[in-house]
Amino acid sequence: MDIIEFIVGRYNYWIFITLMMIGLYIVISRGNLIKTIVGLNLFQTSVFIFYISIGKIVGGTAPILVGSYKADDSYGEGYGDESHGAGEQTSGAREGLHDADGLDIPSNSLSAEVPAGGAPSAVSGSLHQMPDTARETAAGMASGVNATYDSVADAAAQGAEVIYTNPLPHVLILTAIVVGVATTALGLALAVRIREAYGTIEEDELEAEDHFAEFGVPLHPEQGQARGGAA
Amino acid sequence: MAIPGLEQLPVLPVVIPLVAAPLTLLMKPGRAPWAWATLVSWVTFVVTLLLLEAVWVHGPVEYAMGGWGAPEGMSAPIGITYYVDLANALVLTLVAGIASVVFPYAYYSVESEIDHRQTPAFYTALLICFTGLLGVTITGDAFNVFVFLEISSLSTYALIAMGARNDRRALTASFNYLVMGTIGATFYVIGIGLLYQATGTLNMLDLHQQLMGQSNRMVEAGFAFIITGIGLKLAMVPLHLWLPNAYCYAPSAISAFLAATATKVQVYIILRFMFSVFGFEFAFLEVALNAFIVLGIVGMFYASFVAVFRDNVKQMLAYSSIAQIGYMLLGISFGTVDGVAASLIHVFNHALIKAALFMGVGCVVLRLGSSNFAAFNGLAKRMPWTAWGLIISGLSLVGVPLTVGFISKWKLMEAAFQTQTFIPPLLIVLLIGASSLLAAIYIGRLAYAMLLQPVPEDAEPVKEAPHLMRITMWIMVLANIWFFFQTDVTVGVATRAAQALLDTGLGYGGAY
Repeated sequence: MDIIEFIVGRYNYWIFITLMMIGLYIVISRGNLIKTIVGLNLFQTSVFIFYISIGKIVGGTAPILVGSYKADDSYGEGYGDESHGAGEQTSGAREGLHDADGLDIPSNSLSAEVPAGGAPSAVSGSLHQMPDTARETAAGMASGVNATYDSVADAAAQGAEVIYTNPLPHVLILTAIVVGVATTALGLALAVRIREAYGTIEEDELEAEDHFAEFGVPLHPEQGQARGGAA
Repeated sequence: MAIPGLEQLPVLPVVIPLVAAPLTLLMKPGRAPWAWATLVSWVTFVVTLLLLEAVWVHGPVEYAMGGWGAPEGMSAPIGITYYVDLANALVLTLVAGIASVVFPYAYYSVESEIDHRQTPAFYTALLICFTGLLGVTITGDAFNVFVFLEISSLSTYALIAMGARNDRRALTASFNYLVMGTIGATFYVIGIGLLYQATGTLNMLDLHQQLMGQSNRMVEAGFAFIITGIGLKLAMVPLHLWLPNAYCYAPSAISAFLAATATKVQVYIILRFMFSVFGFEFAFLEVALNAFIVLGIVGMFYASFVAVFRDNVKQMLAYSSIAQIGYMLLGISFGTVDGVAASLIHVFNHALIKAALFMGVGCVVLRLGSSNFAAFNGLAKRMPWTAWGLIISGLSLVGVPLTVGFISKWKLMEAAFQTQTFIPPLLIVLLIGASSLLAAIYIGRLAYAMLLQPVPEDAEPVKEAPHLMRITMWIMVLANIWFFFQTDVTVGVATRAAQALLDTGLGYGGAY
């Protein structure tokens, strides 16, 4: 039973690992340059999924302050006023928060995925359903993270029932996606140039030509014709 | 941050070339992009020198990007920080210094090897690569390392592919490098993801705090992914296959620049992660250090041995680079101040050596159109300046006294004698000596061809390389001699840098 829970609870990691291995296998085993790039892409995408899943909390929402901000003419001024007002109105909610080891909501969701480890589904719903271990570790972590949100804590308090998804991994992976796009573009451009220069994008044929250029003898003299026929 | 007026200093080495790069693309092909890139490299070099001086005098400098430092009551900054201590100040100065010599050198070489219309794009990519290498070194944020790593790598792939005008094999070399490099970088990202999951932070110093005493399987996996990923970029021995062709078919100026800087920066990242981020409390570090001894020694011999039989001098030097990385790994693997210092010293010295050698080969390629051994026959009579420059820097590679190579080997052997590893110190010292002999063989082969082989009968007379290339090459050659006498600079800085790295590694954060 435990083992099933172990596997099912971490399904996102299994997807990540499977995709990663498929990608790597394609990169290693395929001789066609385009297929190599496809494999490389798959490999990178698996890492995107890994990052996205470590930031995600089931039931968590996008990291936007909920309910604390009403439309106002001047952003800076209005923001402060509104959030203070919100703090007074929802003092009950704030007390509830401080009971929970002095956590406020954003920091809680920031660190919640840490103890959850393999199973983000363990942290479901609201703060009060968090496992004890999670709360303790989160409290330890929060001493650092907490202060970050002092200025917005009042505003956040209004959304006491709101669990936020950790945005940082998502932001990070957005950067990595851009890098991946650039890599793919460059790889494809190189494939085009290779095709222009060699007339093929099959790795073994490229290798044979390079070998011939370097040593002046064919790489596989007896196979040369067979491949020529197959192509 | 007690340096008046220089608060913005740490960010300048990255910002200057980064802003200058797109401007280069708008320039007219020819002299302008080259002059601009050279100017930028000089300015950056001056900035890094100031930074090195500031760090030497005032201690490590921290710079919070956009003012997103640590808020009140918080130990870790919330944004990206640049963190400069002696170790990366040294590497920064090295990278910028090499650039400030190689960029001026590049002009004639690039004019002959690259399509004239492509020169603005070439120098743009070169400056972006330069930015990336500096960024990797200066940043104190683990994910930022990845971003800069890919900035430098992507431009490197493009730069290597530009060698296709001379030899189309540059394209396949670049493609292979792209595949291997991307796998390496992605491994690194996976490792950082695991560490982030374990700690909730990306700041290197904060990571070190959070990882103290943590040694579960997730952290170990993260460590393994990071070391393997960087090992791929570093061309650590079983992962080195992309390097020889990439360096061999790249345009000559690029070979000189990359061989002197790219792998050196990766050595620095390995050092930073092993000692600054993980530290000796992390039990798994021992495994990696032991692996590095074996990989280092295997690399020293295997790559040197292969280098002996190469017919292309550029490829021979590329294999020699892989062998030299073996020495650096060996230094790291001792896990002592002397060992790490020896490794840093060799990073510095080897950059000087390889820059000089590849620049010399570039001169030959410019005049004779080939880097095969046949082109080097009788070179001492045809191009004496180039040939003697190559011989002196070659002796430095072997480790002959009066050159920096000797300092490297000496310090490494000294460190080896004082360490306790599973291989007896004396044996390690003997192995270092024996692999130097292999270097003597392949350099001797080159020297033999240049000094004793007759000039081919039907050879047309050649002119010596242009003044600009000769002068810049000889600056590097003379640096090889000068730093033998001025060991205070390298050994002094490297020892203090190693001390600081290991102090953090041992958990004395205050020693900074």
